[in-house]
Amino acid sequence: MTLLDITDSALLDWSRAQFALTACYHWLFVPLTLGLALVMGIMETNYVRTKDEFWKSTAQFWQKLFGINFAIGVATGIILEFEFGTNWSNYSWFVGDIFGAPLAIEGIVAFFMEATFIAVMFFGWNKVGRGFHLASTWLTGLGATLSAWWILVANSWMQHPVGMEFNPETVRNEMMDFFAVAFAPEAVTKFCHTVTSGWMLGAVFTVGVSSWMLLRGRNRLMALASIKVGAVVGIVAALLVMFTGDRSGLDMARNQPMKLAAAEGLERGGQGAPFSVVPGIEVPGALSFLATHDFEGFVPGTQDIIDGYTTPDGERVPSAAEKMARGKLALEAFKDFREGHAKGDQNAKNEALKTLNEHKAYFGYGYIQEAEELVPPVGLVYWSFRVMVGVGCLLLLVLLLVWWYGRQNRLEQNRWLLHAGLWSIPLVYLASQAGWIVAEVGRQPWAIQDLLPVNAAVSSLSAGAVITTFVLFLIIFTVLLIAEVRIMCRAIKGCQLD
Amino acid sequence: MKRIISSVTAVWRFYRDGFRQMTWGRTLWVIIILKLLVFFLVLRLFFFQPVLGGKTEAEKQETVGRELIEGIRP
Repeated sequence: MTLLDITDSALLDWSRAQFALTACYHWLFVPLTLGLALVMGIMETNYVRTKDEFWKSTAQFWQKLFGINFAIGVATGIILEFEFGTNWSNYSWFVGDIFGAPLAIEGIVAFFMEATFIAVMFFGWNKVGRGFHLASTWLTGLGATLSAWWILVANSWMQHPVGMEFNPETVRNEMMDFFAVAFAPEAVTKFCHTVTSGWMLGAVFTVGVSSWMLLRGRNRLMALASIKVGAVVGIVAALLVMFTGDRSGLDMARNQPMKLAAAEGLERGGQGAPFSVVPGIEVPGALSFLATHDFEGFVPGTQDIIDGYTTPDGERVPSAAEKMARGKLALEAFKDFREGHAKGDQNAKNEALKTLNEHKAYFGYGYIQEAEELVPPVGLVYWSFRVMVGVGCLLLLVLLLVWWYGRQNRLEQNRWLLHAGLWSIPLVYLASQAGWIVAEVGRQPWAIQDLLPVNAAVSSLSAGAVITTFVLFLIIFTVLLIAEVRIMCRAIKGCQLD
Repeated sequence: MKRIISSVTAVWRFYRDGFRQMTWGRTLWVIIILKLLVFFLVLRLFFFQPVLGGKTEAEKQETVGRELIEGIRP
C-alpha cells in the first residue's frame, strides 16, 4: 500500500464516519417527530370528538414532548447538506439535478408547512377554533411526513437510480422523468417502511413514558389512556413495518442482491436458500421465500455475484471482473469524451459517447480495483439486520402484552411489563438505527448504486480537516443530546395532571 | 386594503402573544438560536466551505470531470 493509498483511505474512512455520525444523530429526532405527530393527533382528535378537557391536557403534554424533540432536532439535517458540498463535492455535482428538485421541494414544504402550522399548534389553543387547531396539529405531522418523502426519494434514487441520463459534457445526471424518480416503487416502499417505523418508535416512546408514570404512580389516568393509544398505534405500525419490510426485501433482492447476500452472510446461494436466524440456526427455503415469495426462488450469494451466475430462468448475470472491465471502458470513453470536448473535436466526442452509452450501466465499476471491494462489511450488515428484526419482534410482543393487560385493566399489577415498556425506549432506537445501518452500510462501496463508489464521490480534502470536524460534531451533538434528554426528562417529571 | 392590514396585524399579534406567553419554550428557543448560530456562523463559515463554491458552471464541470478521470486507476 502506498502513502497515497493510506491517505486516501484515511480521508474516505473519516468522511464516511462523519456522514454516518451526522445521519445517525439526525435520525434520533426524525422518527420521534413522525411518531409523536400521529400520537398527539389522535389525542387531540379525541378531545375534539368528546370535548373532554382530559384529552386536551393529554394532547398538550405529548405536544410539549414533540416540541422539545422538534426544537433540538431542527436543522440537524442541514449539516448533511454542508457535508455534501464540502466532503462529497464530486457526488453532489454528479447527482445535482436529481437531488436539486426533491431537496428544494423538501425545504419549501418543511419550512412553510411545519413553521406555519406548528405555531398555530403551540400558540393557538385559546385563539383559534377547535377544528382549526386540530387541522393544524395534523398538518404539522403531514408536513413532517411529506418532508420525509422527498428525502427518501433522494435516498432511494441512490440505491436504485432511475429516470435520469448521464451527460458527460456537464458531468451530471440530468432528470429525464420526474415521476419516475419521485414515484419509483422502491421510493414508495422505502417511504412507507421508514415512516411506519417512525410511528412505531413514537408509539413505543409513548408506552415507555406512560409506563414510567405508572411505575412512579404519577398522572395515572393520562398514562393509562396514553398507553392504550400508544399500544394500538404501535401494533398497527409494527404490522405495517413488517409488511413494508417484506416489500423492501423484494426490492433488495431485485436491485441490490449483494446487500441481501451480505445481510444474510450468504456466500454461496442458489434455489431454496435458507434463512440464517443466527449463525448455526437456519430455516430451509425461508430466504428464498423472503427474497422472491417462492420457497424455491433463486438467491445469489456474495461469491456467486463476484463470480457471475445464471438464474434458473436462463438470465446470465456478469461476473465482477466483467463489470469492472466494462466500467473501465466506460471511464476511458468518458475521458476521451472530455478530451474531445476540450479540443472541440466532435468526431472524437461522438465516438466516445457511443462507447460510453454501451457501458454506462457499469460506470462505477471502473473505479473498483479488487472484486472483493464490492462486498460490504458482512458482519456489521448481518448483525444489524438481526438486531432490527429481532428487536422489532420483541417490541411487537411487548406492545401486544401491554395492549392485552391494558384492556383487562391489569397493567398496574404487572410491574414487570411496565419495566419492559420503559426499557423498550432505548430498544426501539437501537432497532431504528440498525435499520439504517443495513440500508447504508449494506450498499457499500456505492454512493450511487453501480454508478459512483464512495472513493470517487469523496472530495480531495486533507484527512486532518475531516477529523477536526468529526470531533467538533461529536462534541456539539453530544451536548445537544444531553440537553434534549435533560429537558425531556424535566418535562416528563414536571407533568402534573392528576 | 384595510382587511389586509387587519389580517397582517392579527397574525403579528398571534405570534407576538404566543412568544410572550411561552414558559419552557424560551429555553428551547435559546437552544435553537444558539444552534443555528454555531451551524451557520461557525461551521458553515470556517469549516464547511463548498469545494465548488465560487466557480462558474463550466469550471465546476471541468473540476469534477478532472477529479473523476484522475480517480481512474490502472
